[in-house]
Amino acid sequence: MSPELIIALLAAAVQGAAPILFATLGEMLSEKAGVLNLGVEGVMALSAFAAFIVCHLTGSAVLGLFAGGFAGALLCGLHALVCQVFLGNQVVSGLALTIFGVGLSDFLGTPYVGVGTEGFRQFAVPLLSHLPMLGPVLFRQDAMVYLVYCAPVAVWFLLNRTSLGLGLRATGEMPAAAAAAGLNPQRLRAFGVMAGGFLCGLGGAYLSLAHTHLWSTGLSGGRGWVAVALVIFAFWRPGRAVIGALLFGGVMAFQLRLQAEGTNVPSSLLLMLPYALTVIVLVFSAARAKYLKTGHSAAPAALGVNIEPEG
Amino acid sequence: MILKIRKREESLGWGVLVVYLGALALALAVCAILLALAGKPALEGLVILFRGAFGQSYSLLDALVKAIPIFLCALGVALSFRMQIWNIGAEGQFALGAVGATFVALSFPGLPALALMPLMFLAAMLAGGAWGLIPAVLRLRLGVSEIISSLMLNYIGILVLEYLVFGAWKDPASFGFPMTAEFVPAGQIAHMGPTLGLSLGKLHWGLLACPLAGVAYSVFLSRTRLGFELAACGEGERVARYAQLPYGFLVLLVMGLGGGLAGLAGCIESSATLGRLQPTVMAGYGYTAIVVAWLARLKPWPIAFTSFLLAALRVGVEVLQLELQIPAAFGQIMEGAILLCVIAGQFFLSYSVTLKRSRPVAAAASKGERA
Repeated sequence: MSPELIIALLAAAVQGAAPILFATLGEMLSEKAGVLNLGVEGVMALSAFAAFIVCHLTGSAVLGLFAGGFAGALLCGLHALVCQVFLGNQVVSGLALTIFGVGLSDFLGTPYVGVGTEGFRQFAVPLLSHLPMLGPVLFRQDAMVYLVYCAPVAVWFLLNRTSLGLGLRATGEMPAAAAAAGLNPQRLRAFGVMAGGFLCGLGGAYLSLAHTHLWSTGLSGGRGWVAVALVIFAFWRPGRAVIGALLFGGVMAFQLRLQAEGTNVPSSLLLMLPYALTVIVLVFSAARAKYLKTGHSAAPAALGVNIEPEG
Repeated sequence: MILKIRKREESLGWGVLVVYLGALALALAVCAILLALAGKPALEGLVILFRGAFGQSYSLLDALVKAIPIFLCALGVALSFRMQIWNIGAEGQFALGAVGATFVALSFPGLPALALMPLMFLAAMLAGGAWGLIPAVLRLRLGVSEIISSLMLNYIGILVLEYLVFGAWKDPASFGFPMTAEFVPAGQIAHMGPTLGLSLGKLHWGLLACPLAGVAYSVFLSRTRLGFELAACGEGERVARYAQLPYGFLVLLVMGLGGGLAGLAGCIESSATLGRLQPTVMAGYGYTAIVVAWLARLKPWPIAFTSFLLAALRVGVEVLQLELQIPAAFGQIMEGAILLCVIAGQFFLSYSVTLKRSRPVAAAASKGERA
């Protein structure tokens, strides 16, 4: 392999990692507050369309980006409503959200299949883009990739260095204790779910605004589920999520490159790679947790458990 | 005024029906709004949908045909949901079942129907069951979340099917279309109509699998020791282990059986409806099954009824697609919306909400003094 090819592959890996990282961080926020959200796949699908249509109508990619984020927050707000107010089962509500979101995205998007948008284009960051190796890989990307560089730091800072983050984590570990400390677990959970939804929405927006500049159905393609798996792989830590997302971005870039070059390997086998990798990654993290005996402490203790009303 | 929420002591009785109908109405209203948003006549659309689904006898027959795989998958899914094992891999197990049955049908075309058909069923159930056991083993051995692993196996299972149909199993005479050769007549499940001398459309003998599986499901749950133990495991793994129930064995059993049922559905779909294997066999029945299982609260009779209802909805959406050019995804939206509304509505089944006039603080305090 020539150096140019390696650089191109690595740059593509970063682009592939971006939407997954947004979604992984979003799911992490939600789970840290104690709410399992299996709707990420649907949220990404719908917000990809929201971002596309707003960008298509207004011509502004930035507005599209916000539309994607808000669509994600709104759809996750539905999950919060069903689980927190109506005490619905989080697993089933999340699945319903995925079915609904993917369906809605297909339904609204069908008339626009094949329509292009300007979206975000790549531009070189002055100075930094001239760094050897790192420059072309990291700093000749689009604005959303630069945004995703900040996201893990922001989420880490929010969770570990602010009182809001402390409240979120307390709610995820033991809502009753958080309530006794004068916090409002319901409000904190709703915030975690919707802020997480905003991030997942940015992941979806990336797909239609930067990844492809063309609307097509099924854009999310299982990335939302990968994100749910990566939260486990990351042991609920933003830093490790970066590693996981890059791994997947790399595999996707590799697979796309192979398909483009034309190999003898059938495309169905190549397409299997990310899904098989998800299972492998899960097995790996479970084995590691078992070996280190940290499996139980990593997940928020009250994850998936609804707060029962008093009386 | 404050809202007072209490856990219900007794069940709602007829109120259950009101709650379900209310949830359904809300979901339909959401769908109507979406139709209007897409620039289609909303009310007319719903009318077409219902006329298409329930209007003619042949649409009802069509719904019955579609209800067969949904019912089988939903039973399988419900079995594991009962013990809080979230098997969402019915779609992949269905795919593997279709692959297993096709393997037998293509490998032994010379066998008589009496040998070939049972062999196809067996292969389908084994393949589907094995696919279901993978997440179960991973969960028991390592604690891997079965939700994500079973879902990933859906994608992989469908790609296995496509790999075979686009590759080794492609019919040379199919002009490049991804499909296998047609099964020999002995490997095809016959239509019921000609045998019974009635006009029953596409209804086929695979229907018989439903009452068999349904009865087995309810007998297993209500009459066997393992069935009781399964119900006891519904409280979660820790409780089950504490009570020394065979938790691990039950997880393997429900995932294996669930996979087997979904595999059987895959066999029936490829053998009876298509007569061959092609990618269109994957119609999302495995996901609809999850919706059905939860709507029916995991009970066999409601599962049968709900399977038929959602199958009819699919038929209705097909008509809607033809008449108003509405994308097929509309069916998915309806399923998602109905499930969301019903989950929310189920709150009212276990909790009562009453409005209470809050007493002024002063009055409450003075009352306290007197007491």
